[in-house]
Amino acid sequence: MSFPLLTATAVLPAIGAIATAAVPAARRTAAKWLALTVSLATLVLALVVLIRFDPDGDRYQLTESHAWIADFGVRYELGVDGIGVALLALTALLIPFVILAGWHDADPLETNSSRWRPTQGFFALILAVEAMVIISFEATDVFLFYIFFEAMLIPMYFLIGGFGDRAHAGSDEHAAAQRSYAAVKFLLYNLVGGLIMLAAVIGLYVVAGNFSLQAIAEARANGTLDMATNTERWLFLGFFFAFAVKAPLWPLHTWLPNAMGEATAPVAVLITAVVDKVGTFAMLRFCLQLFPEASKWATPVILVLALISIIYGALLAVGQRDIKRLVAYASISHFGFIIMGIFAMTSQGQSGATLYMVNHGISTAALMLVAGFLISRRGSRLIADYGGVQKVAPVLAGTFLIGSLATLSLPGLAPFVSEFLVLVGTFTRYPAIGIIATFGIVLAALYTLVLYQRTMTGPVKPEVSAMPDLRVRELVVVTPLIALLIFLGVYPKPITDIVNPAVKQTMSDVQKKDPQPEVEAAP
Amino acid sequence: MENLIALLVAAPLLGAAVLLCGGRRLDAVGHLIGTALASVSFVIGAILFADMLGKDAEHRAMAQHLFSWIPVEGFQADVAFQLDQLSMTFVLLITGVGSLIHLYSIGYMEHDERRRRFFGYLNLFLAAMLLLVLADNYLLLYVGWEGVGLASYLLIGFWQHKPSAATAAKKAFLVNRVGDMGLSIAIMLMFTTFGTFAFGPVLEATGETGEGKLTAIALMLLLAACGKSAQVPLQSWLGDAMEGPTPVSALIHAATMVTAGVYLIVRSADIFNAAPDAQLVTTVVGAVTLLFGAIVGCAKDDIKKALAGSTMSQIGYMILAAGLGPIGYVFAIMHLVTHGFFKAGLFLGAGSVMHGMNDEVDMRKYGGLRKYMPVTFVTFGLGYLAIIGFPGLSGFFSKDKIIEAAFAKGGTEGWILGSVALLGAAITAYYMTRVMLMTFFGEKRWQPDENGHEPHPHESPRSMTIPMIVLAFGSVFAGGFFSIGDRFVHWLEPVTEHAHGHPPVSATTVTLATMVVLVIGVALAYVQYGRRPVPVVAPRGSVLTRAARRDLLQDDFNHVVLVRGGEHLTRSLVYVDHTLVDGVVNGTAASMGGLSGRLRKLQNGYARSYAVSMFGGAAILIAATLLMRAV
Amino acid sequence: MNPVNYLYLAALLFTIGATGVLIRRNAIVVFMCIELMLNACNLAFVAFSRMHGNLDGQIIAFFTMVVAAAEVVVGLAIIVSLFRSRHSASVDDASLMKL
Repeated sequence: MSFPLLTATAVLPAIGAIATAAVPAARRTAAKWLALTVSLATLVLALVVLIRFDPDGDRYQLTESHAWIADFGVRYELGVDGIGVALLALTALLIPFVILAGWHDADPLETNSSRWRPTQGFFALILAVEAMVIISFEATDVFLFYIFFEAMLIPMYFLIGGFGDRAHAGSDEHAAAQRSYAAVKFLLYNLVGGLIMLAAVIGLYVVAGNFSLQAIAEARANGTLDMATNTERWLFLGFFFAFAVKAPLWPLHTWLPNAMGEATAPVAVLITAVVDKVGTFAMLRFCLQLFPEASKWATPVILVLALISIIYGALLAVGQRDIKRLVAYASISHFGFIIMGIFAMTSQGQSGATLYMVNHGISTAALMLVAGFLISRRGSRLIADYGGVQKVAPVLAGTFLIGSLATLSLPGLAPFVSEFLVLVGTFTRYPAIGIIATFGIVLAALYTLVLYQRTMTGPVKPEVSAMPDLRVRELVVVTPLIALLIFLGVYPKPITDIVNPAVKQTMSDVQKKDPQPEVEAAP
Repeated sequence: MENLIALLVAAPLLGAAVLLCGGRRLDAVGHLIGTALASVSFVIGAILFADMLGKDAEHRAMAQHLFSWIPVEGFQADVAFQLDQLSMTFVLLITGVGSLIHLYSIGYMEHDERRRRFFGYLNLFLAAMLLLVLADNYLLLYVGWEGVGLASYLLIGFWQHKPSAATAAKKAFLVNRVGDMGLSIAIMLMFTTFGTFAFGPVLEATGETGEGKLTAIALMLLLAACGKSAQVPLQSWLGDAMEGPTPVSALIHAATMVTAGVYLIVRSADIFNAAPDAQLVTTVVGAVTLLFGAIVGCAKDDIKKALAGSTMSQIGYMILAAGLGPIGYVFAIMHLVTHGFFKAGLFLGAGSVMHGMNDEVDMRKYGGLRKYMPVTFVTFGLGYLAIIGFPGLSGFFSKDKIIEAAFAKGGTEGWILGSVALLGAAITAYYMTRVMLMTFFGEKRWQPDENGHEPHPHESPRSMTIPMIVLAFGSVFAGGFFSIGDRFVHWLEPVTEHAHGHPPVSATTVTLATMVVLVIGVALAYVQYGRRPVPVVAPRGSVLTRAARRDLLQDDFNHVVLVRGGEHLTRSLVYVDHTLVDGVVNGTAASMGGLSGRLRKLQNGYARSYAVSMFGGAAILIAATLLMRAV
Repeated sequence: MNPVNYLYLAALLFTIGATGVLIRRNAIVVFMCIELMLNACNLAFVAFSRMHGNLDGQIIAFFTMVVAAAEVVVGLAIIVSLFRSRHSASVDDASLMKL
């Protein structure tokens, strides 16, 4: 038996989490370094997976399969396709930056001993989330996926509720109340989604007799498993609802701004760039593969909801006064694009959506982490409290600008490639929706540039005049992200090569063909 | 030779990367690196040009394929370049004028502590602009298109500490984004229609699809051109863009970037040729803008804003010519090149004046400067003569051809367009004479500022005057050089095609008419500003003047409808999101809480009441069972 | 004798027992009423057993007796300890099982 590489990618951070939590309280710094080392080691493992993965090989590779709960047909089945491996790599890539960016976020406050923070816990929870997210990307057993899909709520709940942003306008008590409100809201939304999904998972078992994604998809494809139209639709809705809450899709989005606003910037990145990706990923993997007919049936409604997300999220971002909430609403808009690309059911749309997940992860991480550095300097999240930062901290402002430009999908940076693919993919099948979605790019320019203008330009406000520029640790966080943004904007081929075959498979699952151009132009 | 094409873009891109990432260490030499790399690009361009001249006209186009950019099932985007006569013209203009303006900026930005960054941005702009004109497909062009938008954003807002500059930069980017939307929709339409968006295949296949599709594509391209080239209705950003340093206004907002729209239309000639309705719209947009810009130019007291109005108007000429089809394409580009020379020269002259006048831009506070700045005066004067179309100078040849072509459109349209172009020529003569007179003639009108510093107008340093002199040469001779033996027509013909227009009146008549309106325009301005002293405080003026000072109220419209309306929309949406969408959820939670509070009361702790409910429940169950049996 | 009459008797006993549970406060009496109801059920079981001619009902009746005996043990213990702690055997006094 070969080395269980996929299990290792998840087990390593899990062990790291336990080990980090076990570090004695006094040796805080050691815990940080331990967590960082573990996350880097996981990244190395993920890179090995990436290298071992053969884009032109089988659909699921590096598979592992063991009996687990035999009575219910639950198996421990792992395997990655091109989409999974891309997101696995993204997750493993972002966690070291999250840890490094949050280096001091969980330090105890000397001034106020009542707000002591268990530093070890913070980093252990981050690693725990990483382990669970990774295994969700790898699971090819519906039940196994469900367990970790739900279980990651627990560490996330504590990360949001327990380690909030110190920059808060109100009193400590008020801040604590806001924080627990956000954490509970996050938990409740996702739990409700998860419960409905649980019903659908059980329903699927009743219909299909097992939980194996491959087995069910195969049986569906060759006709041995016949689902009644209504059954399929109900099961699809059950799954989709949970993913739409996680993603989040309008109108199930309201937990995200609260959660991202109250959490520290690295945790906010963890939410939007890593955890939420499980939702969109699962739409591609589970909704489309298990319920192709129902997916096509629901497409019009989902596309309209995605379109509303795009425009609505962007408009709300324009109206925000809080930097982090602004980024949260921008993310809602971007998730609209991702979901639109998935359900446009074209090769370009789905490749674009997968690429979008990766690029959005990197670009939001860049923007949000720099915003976090900014906020930690001034101790305020309100846009109005800043002004003229460009003059005192040019490097900070420059990186913030690049993050903003990536958010507005400037050509030459990675998000442009994916956004354009999604738009083209949607346009070929649904021209009207494609055109309306294009308005989103104007609005994106509006909210990012307004944010940049209000915070970075203009006369220097007295409160920011002594603001230090980025430190070495912060530069180490931001520079690789920006380099990646530029590299993937100019040369996205490494990712598209991995993703394309997987998308081709998904397209054949749903039995859709790309619309052909009207005129076959000479090559 | 083909392999040199990528170097054209790479040189300034390298400069931008080095200068922007290099940090303070490079402060001392940054401007030299920037200028050197811009010149390298120009030299490569010149080598390629010489190579091109050596071949016969039909085989001059070159191509270089670098790598596959976005390979996705059914979707092929490459990073590939194409250098034909049209691109070559632009390459020489961009790198030539660009290098000169780099040189000029060394002097102009000497006292700015962020000069290194300025040169980094300028190099970034050159790279993006070259990418724009060298791309061999629309998507890569789009990258350059937004790239120049970014460079323009950075440079307009270069003095970010001024809120007005930051706002102007943001406005320029946003308005351009609206145009970019047009470009991306056009590319998507091409993709669904032809399955590709590379120039060659798309333009060859235009004959195989319906006119409706082509009209839609052409109109979307026109929208893009309107944004980038500041044409009505997306013109509002150009005036504000003058907040940027003057070399930027000269390079980006006069000579090169704003003419990208013209390039786009001429490049897509086959699409426009097959969509007459779109061509008509194009000519109308050009004609309206040419009057709009000219009228605005007449009312502005800010020298740069007056020149910006003029730029708008001159690009209106080009768009008009491009909309005329094969009879106009070549002249659109020819006017573009000559305009590149004289407008860049005029802006550099304006910058030189401001440099000597403590950055004062109000022409009412100039006057009589010809004595203090002889070189600036002469070069500016030559540019002035060129733009109004003084016989023998550049503008005369190129503008005259456009007016002729407008008449040659034929029918009523031809007459209307021709007359508008003529009228525009008259107004051009008027406002440029006004600028000239207010700046260099009359009495000195400047006063000490509130700190008691009186400006001491002086000639600018050599690094600034040399570019002005070179550009003045171009303004004088380029037009004539291009027109002798129809050189320019033959040069571009293989790319854009050319048809000789036949105006309803003879070409001589058109030229004569142009001369007459020219004299009228100059005379009017002389009567108003040359014979009478210019008041230092602007008179109230007529309704039209006041409207023109406010850009014909277009900005006010935008402000009320878009800015205010948008603010209200987002505010109410924030409210809705908080109360309605979130409220539904919170409401559900609250009502659950209320319900459970009421249910709790049932648990009173009295065993007997529990017993009652048990008996009641049992009774109901039994009754139900019996009832079911009965049924 | 017609076995149906035994059912009438069982119904009567059960009703008496139920009424007692509902209206009496003394825990002992309530307890005895519950016993009464249980035994009414037993009577009904036996009567049914007789009517249907098999022994199932009688077996269930034995079960019920065993359960009732166990219940008496636990129940009386609770009542005694209640009486000890609050010197009253009223069921209404023991209403702490609420929020």
